Amino acid sequence: MSSPTQICRLRVNGDERSCGVTPHTTLLEALRYELGLTGSKQGCDKGDCGACTVLVDGDAVLSCITLALACEGRDVRTIEGLADGATPHPLQDALDRTGGAQCGFCTPGILMSAAALLERDPSPSREAIALALSGNLCRCTGYTKIFEAVELAARELRERRAPPGARAGAAR
Amino acid sequence: MIERTKRPGVTNPGTANAGMAIPEGRQMPKEQRLTPPAWEGGRAAPPNGDAFHVIGQRSRKVEGLSKVTGRAIYADDISLPRMLHAKLLRSIHAHARIVAIDASAALAMPGVHAVVTGKDLPEYYGIIPWTQDEQALCETKARYVGDAIAAVAADSELQAEEALRKIKVTYDVLPAITSIEEGLQHPEIQVNEKASEGNISKHVHLEFGPVDEQLEQSDEVVEAEYWYEGSTHGPIEPHCCIAEFDATGFLTVWSATQVAHYLHRDLAKVLGLPTQRIRVIQPVVGGAFGGKSEPFSLEFCAAKLSMVTGRPVKILYTREEVFYAHRGRHPMRLRYRTGVRRDGTLTGTDARIHIDGGAYSSFGLVTTYYSGQLLTAPYAMPAYRFDSTRVFTNKPCCGPKRGHGSVQPRFAFECQLDKLAERIGMDPIALRRKNYIGESSTTVNGMRVTSNGFLQCLDAVEKASEWRTRWRKLPYGRGLGVAGSMYISGTNYCIYPNEMPQSAVQLKLDRSGRATLFCGISDIGQGAESVLAMIVCEELGLDLRDVRVVAADTDLTPVDLGSYSSRETFMCGNAALDAARKLRDLVAETLAERWGVVKGDIVLAQGLAVATSDPERLVLDLKTAFQAAEARHGTLGSVGWYQSPKLGGDYRGGTIGASPAYSFTAHVAEVECDPETGWVSVKKIWVAHDCGRALSPVAVEGQMEGSAYMGFGEALFETHTFKASAPGHGPGIHDGPSLLDYRMPTSMDTPELESLIVESVDPEGPYGAKEAGEGPLHPSIPAIANAIHDALGIRCDRLPFSPPAVLALLEAGDAHAAWERARTQLARPANATTGIPAAASRTRAVKK
Repeated sequence: MSSPTQICRLRVNGDERSCGVTPHTTLLEALRYELGLTGSKQGCDKGDCGACTVLVDGDAVLSCITLALACEGRDVRTIEGLADGATPHPLQDALDRTGGAQCGFCTPGILMSAAALLERDPSPSREAIALALSGNLCRCTGYTKIFEAVELAARELRERRAPPGARAGAAR
Repeated sequence: MIERTKRPGVTNPGTANAGMAIPEGRQMPKEQRLTPPAWEGGRAAPPNGDAFHVIGQRSRKVEGLSKVTGRAIYADDISLPRMLHAKLLRSIHAHARIVAIDASAALAMPGVHAVVTGKDLPEYYGIIPWTQDEQALCETKARYVGDAIAAVAADSELQAEEALRKIKVTYDVLPAITSIEEGLQHPEIQVNEKASEGNISKHVHLEFGPVDEQLEQSDEVVEAEYWYEGSTHGPIEPHCCIAEFDATGFLTVWSATQVAHYLHRDLAKVLGLPTQRIRVIQPVVGGAFGGKSEPFSLEFCAAKLSMVTGRPVKILYTREEVFYAHRGRHPMRLRYRTGVRRDGTLTGTDARIHIDGGAYSSFGLVTTYYSGQLLTAPYAMPAYRFDSTRVFTNKPCCGPKRGHGSVQPRFAFECQLDKLAERIGMDPIALRRKNYIGESSTTVNGMRVTSNGFLQCLDAVEKASEWRTRWRKLPYGRGLGVAGSMYISGTNYCIYPNEMPQSAVQLKLDRSGRATLFCGISDIGQGAESVLAMIVCEELGLDLRDVRVVAADTDLTPVDLGSYSSRETFMCGNAALDAARKLRDLVAETLAERWGVVKGDIVLAQGLAVATSDPERLVLDLKTAFQAAEARHGTLGSVGWYQSPKLGGDYRGGTIGASPAYSFTAHVAEVECDPETGWVSVKKIWVAHDCGRALSPVAVEGQMEGSAYMGFGEALFETHTFKASAPGHGPGIHDGPSLLDYRMPTSMDTPELESLIVESVDPEGPYGAKEAGEGPLHPSIPAIANAIHDALGIRCDRLPFSPPAVLALLEAGDAHAAWERARTQLARPANATTGIPAAASRTRAVKK
C-alpha cells in the first residue's frame, strides 16, 4: 500500500525547492504539506472549486488534480509569490479594497486565475473576467466585487506600464 | 380544545405542539434582566463631534491583507508535531440497525493508532438543549447514508482511509423513510427514537386574530401550494478540526466553527470533561452560512482519538462528507390561503407547512417556529395562523442555512402577494406599500418593530429598475418581479436559558497608543471583526491599523454566542461600543480636567485628542492622551456587554422570532426567458436593504450581493436531493455530492447585482446599525418567480425554476393568454402610493 517516495524538484516562486513525494502526491499536497505553502487551498480535491489554482509556467492549473512529479523542473507560482516582497500585487490590493475577499478561502485561487488572465489580456472585458474565473467558485460575494477588483487592478497595471507622459494624461 | 391565552386575539392550542418532549415553556428571563447602559445622546449619534470619522467609510477589513496574500491560517493549515490524521466510517444504508462492528483488522494495520465507535462516545448532544438526539458516532442505528459509525486515527490520511475499509460492520437494514409523506404515513417506521410520536420532530400551531372570519370577509382569496427544494450551504472550506489532549488533561480544539461557545459546552458534555479544561479556538473560517453552527462528529471524534492516543488528531472532511453533514435549507411544502380587500388591504393568512427535517433535530425546533413566526412584517396582518410540522426522514439532517426557516415561507407569501395584486388589478409595489406595518409597531404575533425602512427600500428598487415604465410592458419573454422581506438582528435569547450577557468585549488600551479588543465574536467572512475595530476607532480616535481584534478563543475572549441569526453586528457591536465608550469617557474626563474645559468639549479623532473650544492650543496626540488617562486612572481596560431587552409574545414560542431590531429588504429582479427551452436568465437584481446605519458600507454591500446571489442559486440551480435507489443499493444516496454536480452558480451564471443601502438608523443598534447578512437573501427567490410571471405568464410555485419545470408550466396551460391577461387586467390605480407620503429617502445608491 505504501508507494515509493522520490525527490521532486520544483521551482516555486523563484526558489529551487525539493521534497519527497509519492507518484500519486498532488502538486497541492506537495505545496501545502511538504513545502509549507498553505496559501493554496483545498476545497474539493477533485478539480471542481478552483481554490487550489496556481500558475505552472504561467498557466492557471488546478494543483489538486496535477501530480507533483508532472511539475518536476517547471516554474510554479503560488499566492505566496504574487506580491512583490512586502508590497501586495495590484490584484491583491484591489481585492482587499473592494471587499472582494470575504471568507478568503477561494481568494488565492481567484487571484492566480486573475493574474494569468491579466498576463495575456491587460484590458479584459467583464465577460472575459467572468470566463477566466468560471473555474473558481466563490460562495460569499456573488462575484460582483471580484469583477470590480480585477478591473481596478487591470487599470492600475496598465497605468504603471504606460509611458510617464501618457500616465500623467490618464491621471487627469 | 383551543384555549385562550392571556394575550387577547392569540389562540394557542396547548395540546397541538406535539413532537419531541420539551419542558413546558422556556425559562423566561427575569424582570431584572441586565440592561445595557443608556449613553447620553443615545447609541446612534457620533461620539466625537458632529460627524463620524471611521463609521461609514469604505475601509479595508482588518484581516483583508492576510487573506489576499495567503497568510491567513485556516483549520487545515494548522499542523502540530506528532499529529495523527483521522477519518470517519459512514453508513452506506439510509436506515439500518448496527448489529456488530469488528475493527480488529483495521487496528492491526501498520500506522493505525486507534479506532473509536459509538460505544466510546455514547452521550447524546444537540444544539437545542431540549432536542438532544445525536451521538458523535451511531451506537445502535444509522439514520441516513453518511451517518458516522466509527473513526480511525493513523499516521496519514491515506492509512486512515485504508483502515476504514477493513472495519466490518454488520447491518440489519431497515425500511427507510425518504419523504415527508412517508414519514407521516408510516409512524411505525421510526427514524429517530427520541421523537415522542412517530416521525414528528416538532409541531407548532399558532393563531393570531380571527383568521377564518377575515378570510370570509375578503374580496379575493388566493390559495396555492408551494414546494421549496432543499439546498446546502456549500462553503468552499470543508469542515476541519484539530484536537490536542495534553498531559495535564487539558483539551484544545481548533475548529472551523461559527459557534465556538456552543461547541465548547457540547464537547464537555460528550467527552465528560469539565468546561474549564477545554479550550476552543476558531481559526479563520472559509465560509459557513449556517453550515458550521453546531457541533459535528469530527470535533468529538478528533478529541476522543486525541484522548486515547495522547497525540494531536486532525480530521478534514472531504467535499462529499460536507454534503452529507449538510444542516442546510429544509425542503418545505407550504399551503397558503391569503385574503385581500379590493383596496389592497391584507385580511388574513392561513398557512399549513410541512418540513422535511432529515434524520435529526439540529435547530429544527426553532426552524418549525421560524417557518411561521418571521412572516408577520413588513406587512400588517390583521389575522394569521400557521400550522407547521417538521418530519424526520432518513436523510442528512437539515438545519439553519442563511435566512433560517423563513426563506421558504417568504417565497410562498411574496408569490401570494403578486397573485393577489393581479387579482385586484393593483401594482404589486403599491400593494406592498399599502400594507406597510410602520415604524415603532407591533406585529400580530407580538414582535416589537423599532426602525423600519421598508418603504424606502421599495422606493429605491422601484426607481432603480424603472419599474413604472417597464413592469408589465416588456416584450414576451422578459419581465420584472418584486418581493420584500424582514429579518431578525439576532435572536433575542440564548439557545440555553440563562441570564448572562449574549455578547461581551474586553478592551485593553495600551500606553503605546494601541488597543486590543477581545471578543468571542465569530468572523466567518462577513467582516465581523472589522466592524468591532471600526467601532473602537470611532470612539477612541484610532486608526484601523492600531487595533488588534482577538476573537473566538474560549481561553482568551469573553463569551459571544456566535455567528448565527445575524446577531454579530448588533450584539457584539453594542458590547464593543460600551467597552470603548467607557475608555473614551475616561480619556475625555482626564483631558477636560487638565485643560479646564467641559468633557463634552473633548473630541478624539484622527489620532488626536482636541478641545473643540481651542483646538490650536488644547491638542495632544492620542498616545500622550492615553498616557495622561493611565496616569490619572490606572491601567486602562474596560468591559462592555450586550443583553437584549425582554421581548416577544406572551405565549409558548412567543420568544422565537423576537429580536431587538429587524432589517427590511426589497428586491426587483429582471429576467429574460426562452420559451422554447425554458431557460431563465436573471439579468439583474436590484437589492435595497435597510441595515440601520451601514457601519461598513463595503461589508454591507458584500452581504447584500452575496445573499442575493445565494438566493438566485436556490431559485434556479441548486437541489440537495437524494436517489430513490442506486444499482445494488437502497435509497438515500445524494444526487450529486460534488461541487460540479451540485449546481452552485459560477461567475458566468451570476446576475448583475446592484446594492441600494437604506439607512433607517435604529435607536438600539450600535450607531443605529441592524443586520445585513441574511435578510437580503429572502426576496431573491420570489422576485425571480414573479419576474418569470411577468415574462411568460406562468407561476413558478415549485423550486427550482429549471428549464424542464418552466417548459412543463408553459405546456400545461395557455401561458401566452395569461401573459396577455395580466397586461390588460392591470388598471393601475391613480393612487398607486395609497396616500402614504414618499418617505424622505436616505437611500445611498451605489452605482456600479
